[in-house]
Amino acid sequence: MINKYILRLYITGQTPKSERAIENLRRICEEELNGQYQMVIIDVLERPQLAEDEKILATPTLIKELPPPLRRIIGDLSDTEKVLLGLELRRSI
Amino acid sequence: MPTVGSEPQRHIEKLETCIPGFDLVALGGLPRGRTTLISGTAGSAKTVFACQFLAEAILHKQESGVFVTFEESTSDIRKNMLGFGWDIQRWEHENKWAFVDASPQPGAEPIIIGEYDLGALLARIENAVRKVNARRVSLDSLGAIFTQFTDTNALRRELFRVVSALKSMGVTAIITAERTEEYGDIARYGFEEFVTDNVVILRNVMEEEKRRRTLEILKFRGTSHQKGEFPFTIMPDQGIVVIPLSAIELKQKSTDIRITAGNAELDKMCGGGFFRDSVVLVSGATGTGKTLMVTSFMAGGANNGERCLLFAFEESREQLFRNAIGWGVDFEQMEKEGKLKVVCEYPETTGIEDHLIQMKKVIEKFQPNRVAVDSLSALERVSTIKGFREFVISLTSFIKHRELAGLFTSTTPTLLGGTSITEAHISTTTDSIILLRYVEIYGEMRRGITVLKMRGSMHDKEIREFTIDGKGMHIGKPFRNISGILSGNFVHLAPAEIDRIGNLFTEDDALTDE
Repeated sequence: MINKYILRLYITGQTPKSERAIENLRRICEEELNGQYQMVIIDVLERPQLAEDEKILATPTLIKELPPPLRRIIGDLSDTEKVLLGLELRRSI
Repeated sequence: MPTVGSEPQRHIEKLETCIPGFDLVALGGLPRGRTTLISGTAGSAKTVFACQFLAEAILHKQESGVFVTFEESTSDIRKNMLGFGWDIQRWEHENKWAFVDASPQPGAEPIIIGEYDLGALLARIENAVRKVNARRVSLDSLGAIFTQFTDTNALRRELFRVVSALKSMGVTAIITAERTEEYGDIARYGFEEFVTDNVVILRNVMEEEKRRRTLEILKFRGTSHQKGEFPFTIMPDQGIVVIPLSAIELKQKSTDIRITAGNAELDKMCGGGFFRDSVVLVSGATGTGKTLMVTSFMAGGANNGERCLLFAFEESREQLFRNAIGWGVDFEQMEKEGKLKVVCEYPETTGIEDHLIQMKKVIEKFQPNRVAVDSLSALERVSTIKGFREFVISLTSFIKHRELAGLFTSTTPTLLGGTSITEAHISTTTDSIILLRYVEIYGEMRRGITVLKMRGSMHDKEIREFTIDGKGMHIGKPFRNISGILSGNFVHLAPAEIDRIGNLFTEDDALTDE
């Protein structure tokens, strides 16, 4: 079954942490999701209201909106295996 | 624009919070443009304080505020604060109040992978401050964020960033934090380590089976404040009301104008009546005539066209009015003429701090010349010793500040002799003390009266006998053939002995207390 992944990544400005998170997420998506994804990057410094709406506290925060269930992952996504587990792309090892 | 310089001589301005009583204790208010930590155990009214800090600014200063909640949901806060008369929802529509909801969200816990910061929270606070042009920010309460994120070191660093950001926004902020003990570490998680400039502690202590709330300003860096714990209470339509005891100025003008006690003979014993702005304590066992003295005091005032206010905590209205008639005083007529107001209240209806605030309100509204409280001992029952003493000091200075005459009664626990705890705690704050005592003479109970103390005046030092009839109190001759009245250990003296003692002390000697 092919579900389209919708992923939103909230960051604050161009910090090393933000850059790392974007890079990690992009790599994971390319390796694992076969082009079946849509990735949105939101800078909360520019669009604070979007962070308010989603009640985001920490950055970077990744929200997997689709497919359900909704998942939130906080951090720079530096551990690929854990990210895959969190996104439910892997069964637990 | 003020710079964030650190010249030591730079004067720190205060921001008037408008929280009743707090600004007196804080000598003007919270340090402006700074963050103050409000620390307290569960149930110590931290959230009320945090909300009221914003609400008072909206109500009294037309200044808006931002409320960051880490714990309670925004809908709970809106609902809970409505009882204090704070319509947060309306204020939100009017752009006077903005929430930043950082409370835990329902659903799956977020997973933490790698490094993070609280940049989003900061951006949201800044956004909200900009949106409503806030001058004040409340963050409530920190402990909750430590349960959402586990890396406490990172959190501390991040919260420090939030505090510096608040400073550069120029807002005055408060942050609430939990403590586990009433007298222990300032806050959990070592938060005080980095917001240590200004710390206020709220306490809710169990003392002698009674709850007592106090507020203490631990420190204001670079500026002054009152020291020690101050009692406060939470009023239904007002929120927190701090009772600033020692902050009350004690520079009453004193006068030598005399007023009548409502009894010519007693006036004479007191050297011409009570002073107009003095507080008199009448102490005696049950049935010695304390309520009669209160009644005469009220009637004496009303007859001179003064306004009189009576707080009765022991007897019902009907009882008081009936008693007064029995002594030839018509309370009902006096009330009709607007010269008297009788407020009857059961002491147990509320805490002593609330009684104090209500009594002050009534005094302010009725604007009396005389105030009587019958009896203080009844109020003592519902209070801790400390709380009671603070109550008396506060009420006394309030009455004297307004240059009113006060008369308090206190009941001694034993029929003969003895002093009440009330006296022991308040005798130094009252100007005059009158004792009423039973005197047993050969199987008969008589009554005695003496003026023990009369600040700034000569007075009669004898213990005189008095009787009570349909016209009130009649003071007669001193007890000559009996001693030990004050202690209750009577010794009857033979006439020869009296003469001998009389010859030893021909001068008018001071009466010694027990």
